[in-house]
Amino acid sequence: MSILVNKNTRVVVQGITGKEGSFHATQCKAYGTQVVAGVTPGKAGQEVEGIPVFNTVRDAVKKSQCDTSLIFVPPPFCADAILEAADAGVKLIICITEGIPVNDMVKVKRALYGRDVRLVGPNCPGVITVDEAKIGIMPGFIHKKGVVGVVSRSGTLTYEAVHQLTTMGLGETTCVGIGGDPVNGTGFVDVLALFEKDPETQAIVMIGEIGGDAEEKAAEFIKKQVKKPVVSFIAGITAPPGRRMGHAGAIISGGKGTATEKMKSLEAAGVRVVKNPAEIGDAVKVALGR
Amino acid sequence: MNVHEFQAKQLFGQFGVPVPRGKEITSPEAGAAWAAELNTPVFVVKAQIHAGGRGKAGGVKITKDKAAVPGLVKELIGKTLITHQTGPKGREVRRLLVEEGAAIAKELYVSILVDRDSGWPVFIASTEGGMEIEVVAANTPEKIIREAIDPAVGFQSYNGRNIAFALGLPAMEAAIVPPFIQMLGNLYRLFMDKNAAMVEINPLVITGDKKLIALDGKVSFDDNALFRHADVQQMRDLHEEDPLEIEAGENNLNYIKLDGNIGCMVNGAGLAMATMDVIKLAGSEPANFLDVGGGATKETVAAGFRILLKDPNVKGIFINIFGGIVRCERIAQGVIDAAKEVKINVPLVVRLQGTNADEGRKLLAESGLKLEVANDLWEAAQKIVKLTGKAA
Repeated sequence: MSILVNKNTRVVVQGITGKEGSFHATQCKAYGTQVVAGVTPGKAGQEVEGIPVFNTVRDAVKKSQCDTSLIFVPPPFCADAILEAADAGVKLIICITEGIPVNDMVKVKRALYGRDVRLVGPNCPGVITVDEAKIGIMPGFIHKKGVVGVVSRSGTLTYEAVHQLTTMGLGETTCVGIGGDPVNGTGFVDVLALFEKDPETQAIVMIGEIGGDAEEKAAEFIKKQVKKPVVSFIAGITAPPGRRMGHAGAIISGGKGTATEKMKSLEAAGVRVVKNPAEIGDAVKVALGR
Repeated sequence: MNVHEFQAKQLFGQFGVPVPRGKEITSPEAGAAWAAELNTPVFVVKAQIHAGGRGKAGGVKITKDKAAVPGLVKELIGKTLITHQTGPKGREVRRLLVEEGAAIAKELYVSILVDRDSGWPVFIASTEGGMEIEVVAANTPEKIIREAIDPAVGFQSYNGRNIAFALGLPAMEAAIVPPFIQMLGNLYRLFMDKNAAMVEINPLVITGDKKLIALDGKVSFDDNALFRHADVQQMRDLHEEDPLEIEAGENNLNYIKLDGNIGCMVNGAGLAMATMDVIKLAGSEPANFLDVGGGATKETVAAGFRILLKDPNVKGIFINIFGGIVRCERIAQGVIDAAKEVKINVPLVVRLQGTNADEGRKLLAESGLKLEVANDLWEAAQKIVKLTGKAA
């Protein structure tokens, strides 16, 4: 068991003929992911590393029975690409693209509301279920099959945590990057609920950062509905107010969204909050009583 | 991206949001000419800087005397304003807005931004205009009105009525309600059409003769959408930005200057923030946030070094790279090449982890460069703090 993706997941890569798209489609396939189709308008009939390319997601779904889309389409056209995937009947859309206008995501989120489709991202490293499917840009080899579920708003900081879990022999089940944008698809609460139900996941690492109140909402949910141990790190305790720290969503505005506030809410919900990102692995070990 | 008040008001004008007659002025002569043309009972001369609190800092002057306008312009141009938002160094005034004054009967507050939780645009309104909205929210949260707008259909009249009745406007001044609702619709259009991140009118005034006027305005834009708006890009004022941040932007680096002594260079925004945090935890303060992105090359690392070293506060540099797709030995080579190009006269600690980290560390160790290599984040942070001394 795992969450969101597994060895049966059939992936279409939107933007597969671009530099990023072709590189990562190849990497995902090499990891063992079933990358069954690619889409670039006007390039049907081509192949990328043996993966057939279609003009539209609709064609890709019809011909390849893909159920999940991985998107590398550039920001100006990305909202369109997400909506195309949803309309074609794809059930899970993982959007890597960074830099999509916020108002585009406002419209996308509204359009997806109430439909049987899940969006992960944008501006995220993707999702990996260890030894089954890597659908994203994370380096596969740092992962090791194990017992910890990881959910994060950041990319390289997630790799840092995963590296610690792997080195300590704890390993991971599934790692989900929910992305660093202010308006995104799947949130902490959705992923926490999935991990809580997943029999293989014994502990959860949640990596947050300044901006918004997703961590506070997660804390409320954990208090009520999560029995598994949760370890958390929140980046940005030294971040100045009013400045966007790289991620579009990482900003303290009007005194709201500080790391300190988030840590306090999570601690109050029984989460083990580490102040030092180098101690994430140790904290999980303690939480699991190992 | 932020713009000046006079630019925000130009946009308001374009979208049918009423504003005082006003003009950007940069010289006493232009001030005199504009004052003559404006010909109004009350003149307001306002310093244009990207920071709030201008009034309290002496950046807003009011006069009834047309002849006094050029003198006020002369007084304000070149003056350094220190407000609670500028930091202790303050900001030099280079541009002014000279506009007609308004007879204020009532001050309101209206803004619009995206609620991150729902992903819907939301209006925030209050009867407590002219105050800082954060203060109102903290002290009298019941005076904050929120109205979410369904982005599928956009602003509707009922949204406007909800806000107007909640503010008590019909009882206050019934005639003002229809233009108020129309103005809210116009603000929503401005917000969506121009990809604004936030539009704020504070105060929105009802004048003595029962007219609505946006007396002060603030608009900030979504950087990710600037490619769609050439007109907005032209409003950028580089004088309002940190020179090092401008240089970093030109090199596609994400850099924010801070006040500490340890410069840091990291791949990835989250890890860059975490690196700043760990420097603080080890007993010092970060000099900056710098994300060199996923593909750190010799060129980006060299540009990063140059920017970090231009900050006179930097007493040491901490490079923290988690090699994912990018291999560590290539980054190590980039650091070695860049360090040869740029003279580094402060202690340097490089922490490499991830893909081919051992090879990368070996290259650095054998390079003959004066630097310390680490493989653990905490070990690296302690090293750089030890080499530079703890913050006072």
